Amino acid sequence: MTDGLRISSSLQKRMMVTLIAGAAILAIILFFIVRGYAAKIAQDGQDNILGASVSSILDAAVIRDGTVEVDFPYASFSMLDTDLDDRVFYAIYQDGELISGYENLPQLSQVRGTQSVFQTLQFEDNQVRIASATRTLIGARDRTEVSVSIAQTQDALSRTLNRISRNVAAFGAGFFALVALLSYWATATTIKPLMRLASSVEKRGPQDLSPFQKEVPAEMVPLVSSLNTLMGRLDQSLTQSEDFIAEAAHRVRTPLATVRSYAEATLQRVSKKENRAALRSMVRAIDESSRAASQLLDHAMITFRADHLQKERIDLVDLVQELAVRLAPIAEMKDVEFNLQNDPSVEIHGDLILIQNAIRNLIDNALKYSPNEAAINIAIRSSPRPYVEICDQGPGFPPDDMANLTKRFTRGKNADGTIGSGLGLTIAKDVATAHDGALELSNHPKGGACVILSF
Amino acid sequence: MRYFIVLVLVLFTVTANAQDWEDRKVFANAPTVQKLRILSSTDTSFFEPIIDSYLNDNPDTEIEYLVTGTAAIDDIFRTTPKDFDIVVSSAMDLQLKLVNDGYATRVDGADHPSWAKWRQSLFAFTLEPAAIVINKAAFAGLKVPKTRQELIQILRAQPEQFRGKLGTYDVRQSGLGYLFATQDARASETYWRLMEVMGSLGTRLYCCSGDMIDDLERGDILVAYNVLGSYADARAQNGEKIEVILPSDFPTTMMRTALVSKSAPNADAAKNFILHLIRSQSGDQGDGANLLPPVVLNPGQQTITLEPALMTYLDKLKRQTFVKEWERAIIQ
Ligand SMILES: Nc1ncnc2c1ncn2[C@@H]1O[C@H](COP(=O)(O)OP(=O)(O)O)[C@@H](O)[C@H]1O
Repeated sequence: MTDGLRISSSLQKRMMVTLIAGAAILAIILFFIVRGYAAKIAQDGQDNILGASVSSILDAAVIRDGTVEVDFPYASFSMLDTDLDDRVFYAIYQDGELISGYENLPQLSQVRGTQSVFQTLQFEDNQVRIASATRTLIGARDRTEVSVSIAQTQDALSRTLNRISRNVAAFGAGFFALVALLSYWATATTIKPLMRLASSVEKRGPQDLSPFQKEVPAEMVPLVSSLNTLMGRLDQSLTQSEDFIAEAAHRVRTPLATVRSYAEATLQRVSKKENRAALRSMVRAIDESSRAASQLLDHAMITFRADHLQKERIDLVDLVQELAVRLAPIAEMKDVEFNLQNDPSVEIHGDLILIQNAIRNLIDNALKYSPNEAAINIAIRSSPRPYVEICDQGPGFPPDDMANLTKRFTRGKNADGTIGSGLGLTIAKDVATAHDGALELSNHPKGGACVILSF
Repeated sequence: MRYFIVLVLVLFTVTANAQDWEDRKVFANAPTVQKLRILSSTDTSFFEPIIDSYLNDNPDTEIEYLVTGTAAIDDIFRTTPKDFDIVVSSAMDLQLKLVNDGYATRVDGADHPSWAKWRQSLFAFTLEPAAIVINKAAFAGLKVPKTRQELIQILRAQPEQFRGKLGTYDVRQSGLGYLFATQDARASETYWRLMEVMGSLGTRLYCCSGDMIDDLERGDILVAYNVLGSYADARAQNGEKIEVILPSDFPTTMMRTALVSKSAPNADAAKNFILHLIRSQSGDQGDGANLLPPVVLNPGQQTITLEPALMTYLDKLKRQTFVKEWERAIIQ
């Protein structure tokens, strides 16, 4: 069913990929935002302590007898104790000159007042956070500027950050997994009505051209309604063609039958030899065109129906017996006998009208080409495949162009003098093909043509 | 135990930076392939069992054990950190500052309580209280003081008996003395009052616990304040002359610490030694051979905490202020 369709990737897959990619991007953004926020909070924590430490030292600075004393409390450093024993560096300056502490500790430039200024920088191969503040001391004679810097390594901080990162990453991964699961569920439910529609289209019989009545999601209404319109139009044009064929057959055959009956009646009344001969050939011509017309119509019908087989259960035995009864009058005219050999019942699944038509054409042929007082052997068997074999005792198929006989309007060399249009075998062949069967032509070794129609 | 100790005389071998060591001893089970130099403030006799047991397990190592004062250790090590593998000192503040200043390397694999180590680089291996040690004979008939306050009362009551017969660390010379003094001062004002009383009675100042105990035994002094309890205990067991008192008002307990130099010539062996040291001082080794108290904290017991705050009194300004005040109290 999918031949000739250009298939792009599945809708469900596309939706899943979009949703999952979205979830992944969201999870990553979430990760960075939360971690950034946590990093800021953690850094603020360290800054607060550093700032408190700096101001506790600054608070202790006094001028006594003209010299600066900074008798800072034990707690100034005690509060800097961390789980991972971070290193602490400090420096105390008076008017920019180091008076105590680590001499190579960088001095921050933008320090103004007692409010600490913070900066992260590299000191002795370590990344340190440095806090710095300054305070003006007013002595008896002069004023002096004391500033304090305290730096601390960030081992404990980065461990906290790592732990937070790990947790946030796990959280993000969980979020992602959940969204992936949800998106699978969401796409599955979204796609379900579409699948349902597709399968109900698939399950329909070929003749079912009725519109879809089931509920469809709003987005699919245009598709389904145009599908319904299309099927409506198709149904209409199919009915029209069928009607047209039936009508045409009727219109052609009825006047021909009328003409024929007039010709026959006239034949009874005239006695002149030439007139009778003329009338006879007229009847023949009428027969011929009537037959040609009906075969043409049959063929048209078959071509049309082959696409829309109306399959039903058929017993070939019944069918052939019925045909034999119907054709008996013609057979009797030639003293031809039907020999039926059959399994008790040979059932197939097929279009009754078409199969009837095919077998009738085959038996017709056999009758046409049979000599008088001959027999036509008909075998109906169910194995290996269900088949009907019809053998006559006529001249057999002309061996040279056996392959072409099933073509439209093709007649054999032996057909001169017999009524025919070259469509009988074509019809049989088309019916066989429409039912996935085969039509085999052969000549009986003892003479006569054999045709096997198998399903 | 059939190893031999080689005692090399310092004077002839050390050429360039000749240093006046309090003691210098080389331990070896010949022949050796590697050498450890340990710079220490712990008397050789106390440390020897640890070295012995280490050499038993590692006979290919030679250990040179160099003893000097805590302040000197800090000076020497800061100028030539490449010359030593291990630094052992009782001055926790100086040791912690060495680590803080990046002189030590990490020793991984040490299973040690977190209060007894800092930055996985500084490891405490003893727990030793500062003690008041008295000459028993002098206190005959007197109530033995249990607290600093009681000591002050006794000194005030009998000033003539104790005049000139008191001893304590000279905080200007001894790192450990300074640590004890600053921690005492931090804990209580009583310290300053005691110093003032001792100062008014004329107090002798010492560099080391050993000297103080010597003078006590000899009767040159009758009371020594802030002596290392472990040293005093060792002597008290031998003779009947002295008594060790752990003041019950507030005990000051110090931890001896060891670190591996960042530029240790033989870092791997040094780390091994530290691990051995910690293991043999962890308290659950019942061999009894160790003379130093193990690093085990009894319930309710507190020690000077290993934290950056130890650097407070090492600050130049703080030290100046403290020493000035101390001098004002003790030297009158
Ligand atoms: N039973 C038969 N015996 C001999 N020849 C046959 C037989 N049936 C068909 N043919 C040959 O096959 C040709 C095609 O047959 P068909 O398609 O039925 O057209 P026609 O109307 O000519 O019989 C015939 O012209 C004839 O030559």
